[in-house]
Amino acid sequence: MDLIFLILIPVLTVFAIILTDSKAQARIAAVAGTGIQLMLSIYLVILYLMERSSGNIEQMLFSNKYVWFTSLNIYFSTGVDGISVSLILLTGIITFTGVLASWDVDYLYKEFFISLIVLATGVFGFFISLDLFTMFLFYELAVIPMYLLIGIWGSGKKEYSAMKLTLMLMGASAILLVGLLGIYSYSSPTGLTPLTFNIIEIAQIDIPIEAQRYFFPMIFIGFGVLGALFPFHTWSPDGHASAPTAVSMLHAGVLMKMGGYGCLRVAMYLLPEAANEMAWIFIILTSISIVYGAFGAIVQKDLKYINAYSSVSHCGLVLFAVLMSNEIAMNGAVLQMISHGLMTALFFALIGMIYGRTHTRDIRNMSGLMKMMPFLAVCYMIAGFASLGLPGLSGFVAEMTIFVGAFQNADLFHRGVTVLACSSIVITAVYILRVVAKILLGPADKSMPAGMTDAVWNEKAVTVILIIAIAGMGLAPLWLSDMILNSLEPVVQKLTLLK
Amino acid sequence: MTFEQLLLMRHELLLIIVAVIILIIELSTDNKNKQIILPAVIFLFSIVTAVGFLPIETGVIFGGAYNTSDMIILMKNSLNIGVLIVLIQSAGWLKHSFGNFDNAGGYFFIIVASLIGMDYMISAGDFLMFYIGLELATIPIAALAASEKMKRRSSEAGIKLLLSAAMSSGILLFGISILYGTNGSLNFSSLSADDLNSNLQILAFIFIFTGVAFKISLVPFHLWTADVYEGAPINISSYLSSISKASAVFILLILLFTVFKSILPVWNSVLYIVAVLTMTIGNLFAIRQQNLKRFLAFSSIAQAGFIPLGIIGGTQFGITSVIYFLLIYIFSNLGAFGVVSAISNATGKEKMDDYDGLYQTNPRLSLVMMISLFSLAGIPPVAGFFGKFFLFTAAAVQGYYVLVFIAVMNATISLYYYLLVVKAMFINKNDSPIETIVNDNYTKAGLVICVLGILLIGFSGAIFEFIESVSKGI
Repeated sequence: MDLIFLILIPVLTVFAIILTDSKAQARIAAVAGTGIQLMLSIYLVILYLMERSSGNIEQMLFSNKYVWFTSLNIYFSTGVDGISVSLILLTGIITFTGVLASWDVDYLYKEFFISLIVLATGVFGFFISLDLFTMFLFYELAVIPMYLLIGIWGSGKKEYSAMKLTLMLMGASAILLVGLLGIYSYSSPTGLTPLTFNIIEIAQIDIPIEAQRYFFPMIFIGFGVLGALFPFHTWSPDGHASAPTAVSMLHAGVLMKMGGYGCLRVAMYLLPEAANEMAWIFIILTSISIVYGAFGAIVQKDLKYINAYSSVSHCGLVLFAVLMSNEIAMNGAVLQMISHGLMTALFFALIGMIYGRTHTRDIRNMSGLMKMMPFLAVCYMIAGFASLGLPGLSGFVAEMTIFVGAFQNADLFHRGVTVLACSSIVITAVYILRVVAKILLGPADKSMPAGMTDAVWNEKAVTVILIIAIAGMGLAPLWLSDMILNSLEPVVQKLTLLK
Repeated sequence: MTFEQLLLMRHELLLIIVAVIILIIELSTDNKNKQIILPAVIFLFSIVTAVGFLPIETGVIFGGAYNTSDMIILMKNSLNIGVLIVLIQSAGWLKHSFGNFDNAGGYFFIIVASLIGMDYMISAGDFLMFYIGLELATIPIAALAASEKMKRRSSEAGIKLLLSAAMSSGILLFGISILYGTNGSLNFSSLSADDLNSNLQILAFIFIFTGVAFKISLVPFHLWTADVYEGAPINISSYLSSISKASAVFILLILLFTVFKSILPVWNSVLYIVAVLTMTIGNLFAIRQQNLKRFLAFSSIAQAGFIPLGIIGGTQFGITSVIYFLLIYIFSNLGAFGVVSAISNATGKEKMDDYDGLYQTNPRLSLVMMISLFSLAGIPPVAGFFGKFFLFTAAAVQGYYVLVFIAVMNATISLYYYLLVVKAMFINKNDSPIETIVNDNYTKAGLVICVLGILLIGFSGAIFEFIESVSKGI
C-alpha cells in the first residue's frame, strides 16, 4: 500500500467539504472521509502484520520516496514500522470519533471540519514521514489549525488559551528546528555524501558527541513540550479546557503523542550517546510531570481541567518510559501513548456530552448523573477505570509494562524515580474515584437543568468505538505489544551498545 | 557596438519603450477616455514580463559598466512580476484617489522609470552605473509617495523618503569615493581582483553597506520606514516594501560576492549584528502597531532581518535561498498589502480594530490575508515556510546555530502579531464589521496571482532547482 493515501484522503475530504453547501452534506463528507481513513488505517495494520509474518524484516515497510528539493537532498520519504502503524491506527480512530462527536457544530461548520481534518492530515503526515524535513512540516501543519479551532469554536478564555498554546508549541518547534538543522549539518561526516534529512540514513552515522550534547536537549525539549514536559506543560490544561470537544480529543489523543513519538524516533534514536548521558535530567523533569500532574488533577474543579492535568501526568509517563532506554519500558511508552490516546479521547468526548446537557463542568454543581444518563455515566466510569489502570483495560497493560521496564535499570536513581512514578497510580485513583463518586453517584443535584436525556446515536457510536478499542487493547495486548517490540529493536540497540 | 550587444539590455529597453508609450497615451487621450491607460499599461507590462523569460544571451557591454548573467535576468524577472502585481493592484487606488485616472499616466511612468533604475542598478558593472541606477530607482518614488496632495501625511512621507534617500546616497557616495581613492578604479571586476584589507577600505565597505541598508531598511537604518509606509499611498508602500527592498537585496548580494568578497569575515560579522538587531527590533515594534500599514512596515523590517542568514557564510546555497525567500516574500507581502489596499480604498479603514469580524462579511479577503500572513510567518504548507526553512538551513550548515536560534525565536514572536490580525478577522466579534466589499476585477486578479504564487512556489521543487541552477553565476 502506498502511504501517500493517508495524506491524500484527508486532502480530498477537505476539498469535498468545501464543495458541500449544507450542514448535512458537510457532516456526511467529513464522516465519510475520516471513515475511509479509519478503514485504511485498519487495512494498513493488517497488511503490516501480514508482511511481518511472511518474514519481511526490513526496518521500515511500504517505504517510498518522492523527490522534492533535489539539490538539498530533501525527499518526502515515507515508511512505517510497528510504532507508527499503531499510532496511525490510533489517529484513525480518534479522528473518526472526533468528527462524530462534533455532529452538532453549528457555527461555521464547514470551516470547523476543514480545520479539524487539516489537523489530522498533519498528524498522519507526521507519523508516516521518515524525513526530518517533512516531519517538521507536518508537525507545524498540525499545530496551526489548533489556533483557529480553539479561538473560534472554543469556550471560556479561549483567545488567551489559543494564543498561549500556539505560541508555546511554535516556540518549541523553533527550538526543535535548530536541533534538526544541527543533525542535518552533521549528517555527512565524511563530506562525500550529500547532507541528508533522512532518519534511516542518519541512524547509520555517528554524530560527534560534542554536537549531540547541544542538539539532544533542543530536540527533546522541542518534542517534549508537545508531550507536556514539566515545566513547559502549562499550555496543555488551558488549551484542553478551552477547546471544543473534538479538538480536545484530537489534541490529547494524538497531538500530544507526536511529542512522545518524536522523542523516541528522533532524539533517542539519532542522538543515543547524548541520550544516555543526559537522560537523568529529563527523567527528573518527567517524574515531576507525572506526580505534579496527578496532584494537580486532585485539586481541580472543572472536569476538563481534571482530565488535562491527568493527561500531563500520563504523557509524562510516556516520556519517562522513553528515557528508561530499555526495550520493555519503551514498549510500555508506545502502549501508553495508544492507551492514553484512547481513554483521554473517551474522557473528553464524555465531558463534552455531559457539558452539553448540564451546561456546567464544575464538579461541585453535579451529582447523581447515573440516574439521569446511565449510558454516559457507565462509559465515564469505564474511562475512569482505564485511567487508573484496572486490569482488563488498556491502562493496566501500558502502565504495568512501563514500571516493569523502568525497574529493570538496576541503579538506585532509576529505581527511586520508578517508585516515585508508581505513586501516581494511587493519586490517579484518588482523583478518578472522587470525580466518579461526586458526579455520577448520589442523589441528583437540584441546580441541574431538568429533562436531561441519555446519549443519542452519534454519541453512543463514539463511546462504543472507543470502549471497544480500550477493552480490546486491555484484553488482547500481545499482538500490539509484539508489533511494537520488533520495531523498537534498532532504537534500543543503538542505546545499549553505547552503555 | 552591434545591435545584438545592445539587445543584452532587453529588459531596460523594453521598459523604456513602455514608458514612452505611457507618455504618448497620456498625452493623446482626452479626459473622458483616461481610464484606457490602465488596461493598456497592464497589457504592455505583461508582455514585457513574458518577454523577460525568453532565453537570451548574456554578456558584458559598455566596457564592463553593464553586464547580465542568468541570475541577474532572474532577479529582473522577479522584480517584473512584482511590479506587474503592484500595477494590477493599483487599479482601485487610481480610481479612488486620482479622480478617475486623471494623471494616472504620471504614476505609471514613474513606476516604470523606477524599475528601469533598479534594472540598471542590478546589472551594473561599476559603481557609477550602480549609483545612477540607485538614484533613478529611488527619487521618483519620493514624488509618488507625496502624490496624494490632499493629505498632509502623504507629502510628509515624500519629504521623509527624499531626505533619507539623499542622506543614504551621501554616505554611499562617500564610501565609493574612498574606494576609488584607495584602488583607483570603480569597476567591480577590477575591484574584486584586489585585496581590500586596509582599514580605509573596510570603512568604505561600511559606508556602502549603510547606503544599501537604508533601502532594505535594516536596523539601525530603518527609522524612515514606518512613517513613509504609513503616510504614502498604500500601493507605493507595497512597492517600496517589496520591489524596492528586493532590488536592494539583490544588489547587496552582488556587491558582497564580487567587490567585497575578499573581506568576507568583515561583512559576515556586520551582517550577523545587523540581522539580530533587525529581526528583534522589527518584531518588537510590530507587536504594538494598530495601523495595519505601520504594522506591515515593521513586519517587513523584521522580514528583512532574516535575509542575512542566507548571505552569511557566503555559500551558493545561501544565495539561492535568499533569492527564493525574496520571491516568496514579494508574493506574500503584496498579498497582504493588496488586502489592506482593497479595504482601505473601499472604506478608508486601516486600523486593526476595524478588521474585527471581517471573515463574516468578507470571507475571501480574510482568507487571502490569512494565507499571506501565514506565509510571512513561515507556517506550512504555504511558501513562506520553505523560504524561511532554507534560509535557516543555509545558516545552520555554516555553523551559525546561535544566529539560527535567535532567528527562530523571532519567527515565533512574529507569529504572535500575525496571529493578532488573524484573530481580529476570524475570532473577534464585532457589531458593525466592515460591510461586504465588491472588488473590481483588477483587485481580484492581483490577489489571485499572489495566492497562487504563495501556494505554488513552495510546493514545486522545480522553482528552487531553477534558482539553484542560475545562482551559480556570481
